[in-house]
Amino acid sequence: MENAKKTPLYEEHINAKGKVVDFHGWALPIEYEGILQEHQAVRERAGLFDVSHMGEIRIRGQEAEAFVQYLMTNDIKSLKDRQIIYTFMCYPDGGVVDDLLVYKYDQEHYYLVVNASNIEKDFQWIKDHQSNYNVEIENESDEVAEVAIQGPKAEAILQKLTDTDLKEITFFTFKEGVEIKGKDCLVSRTGYTGEDGFEVYMKPEDARELWREILHAGEEEGIKPAALGARDTLRFEAGLPLYGNELSKEITPLEAGLGFFVKFTEDNYIGKEALQKQKEEGLQRKIVGFELMKKGIPREGYEVFKGEEKIGYVTTGYLSPTLGKSIGNALVDIEHSKMGSTIEIKVRKRKIEATIISKRFLK
Amino acid sequence: MSELFFTKKHEWVKVEGDHATIGISDYAQEQLGDIVFIELPEVDEDFEQGDDFGVVESVKAASDLYMPISGKILEVNEELEDAPELVNEDAMENWMIKVEITNKKELEDLLSEVQYKDFIEEE
Repeated sequence: MENAKKTPLYEEHINAKGKVVDFHGWALPIEYEGILQEHQAVRERAGLFDVSHMGEIRIRGQEAEAFVQYLMTNDIKSLKDRQIIYTFMCYPDGGVVDDLLVYKYDQEHYYLVVNASNIEKDFQWIKDHQSNYNVEIENESDEVAEVAIQGPKAEAILQKLTDTDLKEITFFTFKEGVEIKGKDCLVSRTGYTGEDGFEVYMKPEDARELWREILHAGEEEGIKPAALGARDTLRFEAGLPLYGNELSKEITPLEAGLGFFVKFTEDNYIGKEALQKQKEEGLQRKIVGFELMKKGIPREGYEVFKGEEKIGYVTTGYLSPTLGKSIGNALVDIEHSKMGSTIEIKVRKRKIEATIISKRFLK
Repeated sequence: MSELFFTKKHEWVKVEGDHATIGISDYAQEQLGDIVFIELPEVDEDFEQGDDFGVVESVKAASDLYMPISGKILEVNEELEDAPELVNEDAMENWMIKVEITNKKELEDLLSEVQYKDFIEEE
């Protein structure tokens, strides 16, 4: 823990009695008052997250568009200026280097927001594939702080602090040079909770003041600081994957059920051939959603059975705070992945029946 | 007269004659966070000291419950099945099981309240 990096908001977390843990080398709170209250605040009102641990990599240059496209599975060339896209960077075999957001300033300027646990790996991966592309690649992760304000009241709260009309920042677009309480910020309408909301990028030295201003501005709406615990339950309920759980070097985007973000246009990218082949030949296994039919809570790593045969494992599971049901995601053999079919989850000492349902649990 | 003991696994044990009431400590509930599920054993089941007799689960994680002493289950607190959050509200009041003590000598293995406080300060 002593070696864990601190975000610019560390003192705020301590002051708010956050339970700080070592999260991929970052000292960050897992909860403040409690995961359930923070989760509910985001679903019903608003929550404010410190996501300064996320990585930011800037790619600029004449061939930026072609280079970014070469790295990404989604259709980068379809992006308009100031638009954002969710995409994967894959290995040649279709396994995932990372899942990320690509912010397009213009054809010669892109901003990549990557998982904290993958920053060094991603940066190295990108540099290793630069070859003759005429681009400059910069890892700006330490020069930027980021907060996420999420929930149905997010816009109303943030609007109090800026003259920029936030309605102009539509879903998956961004604006830079937004003044929030006089501080220069980049604001995007993005998030990881399944709710409306924004992610706000700022200079590290502005982070504490803005954190306090946002919490203060949202008092009457009932905003709460929210931490990593709620971030995970919220993203899970909304059907959003977590790198390391639903996606990894070993799990392709197609197996994760995220083929929508893998495009097979004429442009080549790393992993395209393998993914095309996997698509044509059919999957051997895939990630499904499930609901337990009896009491118990499924957890990451629990084994999945059909009769005596082990058919997979749980990638994420919770007693859903919003739905009150025990639900999870599991990576299972394809022949047992049909919607509505019955599987068994080995919850601690016994197997509990589960039904396969959609991963978009909130719908 | 009852005597109160604790274990390094964060259970508390209240002993009255041959009977003991067992729950988890306030420190344990604080560490766990929001408790959302508790599974307890059946009445009449026999356990050895150190056996796991159930589970307490928070939003994030499952933690086994360990028998501080050997004994037979006399009663379980069924209220906790529907309202596990009671343990967050008051961990000392909301007991989990009552047992008939098999071997009173095992009580010597337990910590006093003062020893337990020292123990969690070191953790």
